[in-house]
Amino acid sequence: MDSFQDTIFKLKRYWADRGCIIQEPYDLEVGAGTMTPETFLRVLGPKPYKVAYVQPSRRPADGRYGENPNRLYKHQQLQVILKPTPEDVIEQYLGSLEAIGVDLRKHDIKFEEDNWESPTLGAWGIGWQVMLDGLEITQFTYFQQCGGMDLDLVPAEITYGLERIVAFLQNVESVYDIEWAPGFKYAEVRLADEQQFSVYNFEMADVPMLWQEFELHEREAQRLLDLFRTSKDRERFPVLATYDHVLNCSHLFNLLDARGAISVTERVGVIARVRKLAVGVAAAWVQQQNPGEEAAA
Amino acid sequence: MAYFLLEIGSEEIPDWMIEPALEDLRAKFQAAFGAFGGSALVTEATPRRLVLLAKDLNEKAPDTESVVPGPYLSAGIKAAEGFARKCGTEVNRLGTMPDAKGERYVFHQLTKGQSLAAALSEKLPEIIVGIHFPKSMYWTGKGGVRFIRPIRWILTLLDDQVIPLEVAGVKSGNTTRGHRILGSKHPIPVTLENYDEQVLPENFVIVHAEERKRRIEAALGPDVRKDPDLLRTLVYLTEFPTPIRGSFDPSYLELPEEILTTVMRHHQRYFSVLKEDGSLAPEFVAVTNTNGDPDGLIRQGNERVLRARFNDARFFWQVDQQKKLSARLPDLAKITFQAKLGSYKDKTERVVKLASILAAQTGADANVVEVAALLSKCDLTTDMVKEFTELQGIVGGLYAKAQGEGEAVATAIYDHYKPASMDDSIPRTLEGQIVSIADKLDTLRECFKIGLVPTGSKDPFALRRAAQGIVKIVFEARLELELPALIEDVPQLAAFIRERMQFYLRDVLGFAYDEVNAALAAPLTTAPDLADRVDAIHFIRPTGNFEPLAASFKRIKNILTQAGVETVSEPDPKLLAPGPERTLYDAFLRVREATKRNSSNRENLASIASLRPDVDLFFDKILVNDPDPAIRQNRLGLLSSLLAEFSTIADFSEIVTS
Repeated sequence: MDSFQDTIFKLKRYWADRGCIIQEPYDLEVGAGTMTPETFLRVLGPKPYKVAYVQPSRRPADGRYGENPNRLYKHQQLQVILKPTPEDVIEQYLGSLEAIGVDLRKHDIKFEEDNWESPTLGAWGIGWQVMLDGLEITQFTYFQQCGGMDLDLVPAEITYGLERIVAFLQNVESVYDIEWAPGFKYAEVRLADEQQFSVYNFEMADVPMLWQEFELHEREAQRLLDLFRTSKDRERFPVLATYDHVLNCSHLFNLLDARGAISVTERVGVIARVRKLAVGVAAAWVQQQNPGEEAAA
Repeated sequence: MAYFLLEIGSEEIPDWMIEPALEDLRAKFQAAFGAFGGSALVTEATPRRLVLLAKDLNEKAPDTESVVPGPYLSAGIKAAEGFARKCGTEVNRLGTMPDAKGERYVFHQLTKGQSLAAALSEKLPEIIVGIHFPKSMYWTGKGGVRFIRPIRWILTLLDDQVIPLEVAGVKSGNTTRGHRILGSKHPIPVTLENYDEQVLPENFVIVHAEERKRRIEAALGPDVRKDPDLLRTLVYLTEFPTPIRGSFDPSYLELPEEILTTVMRHHQRYFSVLKEDGSLAPEFVAVTNTNGDPDGLIRQGNERVLRARFNDARFFWQVDQQKKLSARLPDLAKITFQAKLGSYKDKTERVVKLASILAAQTGADANVVEVAALLSKCDLTTDMVKEFTELQGIVGGLYAKAQGEGEAVATAIYDHYKPASMDDSIPRTLEGQIVSIADKLDTLRECFKIGLVPTGSKDPFALRRAAQGIVKIVFEARLELELPALIEDVPQLAAFIRERMQFYLRDVLGFAYDEVNAALAAPLTTAPDLADRVDAIHFIRPTGNFEPLAASFKRIKNILTQAGVETVSEPDPKLLAPGPERTLYDAFLRVREATKRNSSNRENLASIASLRPDVDLFFDKILVNDPDPAIRQNRLGLLSSLLAEFSTIADFSEIVTS
């Protein structure tokens, strides 16, 4: 039986063999692998790109103090971006399941409609949830828009929910019983993380401080976007640094939301604020990548 | 005679879009190739392929002849020669034909019918990419072809010939593909003879939906709960369906059946299994897309997933009980009802007010209605409903019962989203009906006030369903509600509800449209009265006097309109001429008295219909437009009184007379 880390190694090897760059996780808090620059920015523009990486994904509202066997504040996604999508993308994906030890002839695989949309990123796509014996193991999406722009090349995004898949492979009932490495359970590696962040996110996070932080990051991102517009030297402009501030905003929004600090009337407005920044960064990125071509904002 | 087979190979198409897509494909094919005849057009589909088979097509469309008009003979030979040249012929081959202005040259142009092969090759690409899907995607790059999912192969066989074409970079051929896992890994050449009988089954694809359905049904067993919708979904989620049976720990049966069934049906697409007494058995049937499960691995996997889901549900139930519904009221402020309309707390406050007004009109238990309305939306804050949104209302009802709010309150909450459709039943209790109406009426009132009015097929807030739900409840439960008073401040809504009533009376109760219009054109009252009036019109209509009287009422209405009479004035008996005029007046008084005494709309309509001979005689013998203005005015008064007095049950002028 493969450990959690063995399965990750195998998936990375599999996609590396198919031409993917193996990236490391992005070093900021994100809600999903989609939000990191390796996906959000790289899918824009006409340059082909193939990348795979594990992204720890934080969703403060999903925390359950480590008491629910299937729900986590932070779970690990293995994210694959294939841009443009190869014709045999589904065969490649199915091959990856075989590579981690799923004998497809002995199991039931279904592709059930599941489209994806992120209002904060101005992004959406069409796709499926992939079901293995009734368990959703992967989200498969053909990106259509990102940052409010139609994509030049349509990438396939394959997102494996690692805890679920490995719990299935190891036949355990709780993610905490997953063997992460020989002799080490998932609980030993991550339980304290789940417990403490649930306490912080739901009970102790200082709301006025979070709002202040949100506004600081928002202001900085906006300041940079304004500077970009008039910049004479766009080539060296820190668009990527600008995006980091947007990611901070997004995470702070999620924290405030988990803390119950965002009222109904505020909610739509705050999402729109983050979206405006994300869309601005996406447009700036496209302009920077393709000088001479003005991106439709 | 030729057979044509088309298979569009796609990545997995959403199950619910497949049948409409086939319909569209069939219609488009028919429209484009109708000229080639054919004895049958068959469509089939699996998640990965849309298939069309046309039988006995003519290989060539019939030649057509058209007449091209040329110059008149009088224009001279030069003109004729020019025309002949343009048509590629000579003057002596032109015909002539007379028309209104004289004799002219004509050219009989023969257009050769296109060959079937050429027509298919030319028109199919457009037909394929034109198939309508509710949501489509592009995949070959910006501005590329759109389809529901990427097209991966196209099979086009006209008898044994491939019809060459290309869509989204995919060239047509004579190959199909098998089941993703169990079939051949490579494209498989087929012929018309072996396509569905041999090659596909050998590669674990059952292309006929009916056959897949039978295969599932045969394995279900008599103890499996019938579920045609789920069955259809599974037919289109699989290419080779094989049901398997699993079980779960009976201790989960302590959870409400509604929750267990929802988890199984909506989240896992499992059939439920029933015990002999009709209650849930701790088993389920999953339909796999495989050839079987000899090692039981698929069963174990599904059981494991279901266990996790049920554990979640049990966990939600326990956590949710720690905070009673009534303690959740303040939390409703955090849930948006609609961006411009505030939170569910605001909505709840309005619904409580509306519900108490409605309760007072119907004799419902005011206390039960108030508590149920107040708690009706509280389950939106529970973990259970956050996870299983389709159980909103039902969870509230179950929790209310568990928390000792009483059976009546619990039932009213449980039922208040009903009826979910025209086929669904209405809430079981009067209090449930009131809360349901109040909830829907509030949604309608508030949305209409801010201009969120359904247009055409756009109805994002399901306002038609809400209005139809109200109408269904008031008619079926015969509620004596003064609806007009509750919507008069939103005029557009009054018309909207009237339309829904019209629909209900016509399409559900089956009354003729003019009968419905006649009853609806009279002042709007309560639903039972309205239904009774339509029924009375329908009952009295076949009697001899009715339609002629309806025609006379129409005439009266026209006369009054032409004379500009807008108000009703009682005629002065002293000014009435003896004979038909006096007789009509006496009849009017008699019928007016009778309608006051009669207890039913039917009797009243019968009395009114008895006016017919007197009305006929009046119009036969009396000139309304008398030279004496006083007499004329008096006669108009008589007619206006007639019309006003007898139009409260129905506006007879709406009746279409033969």
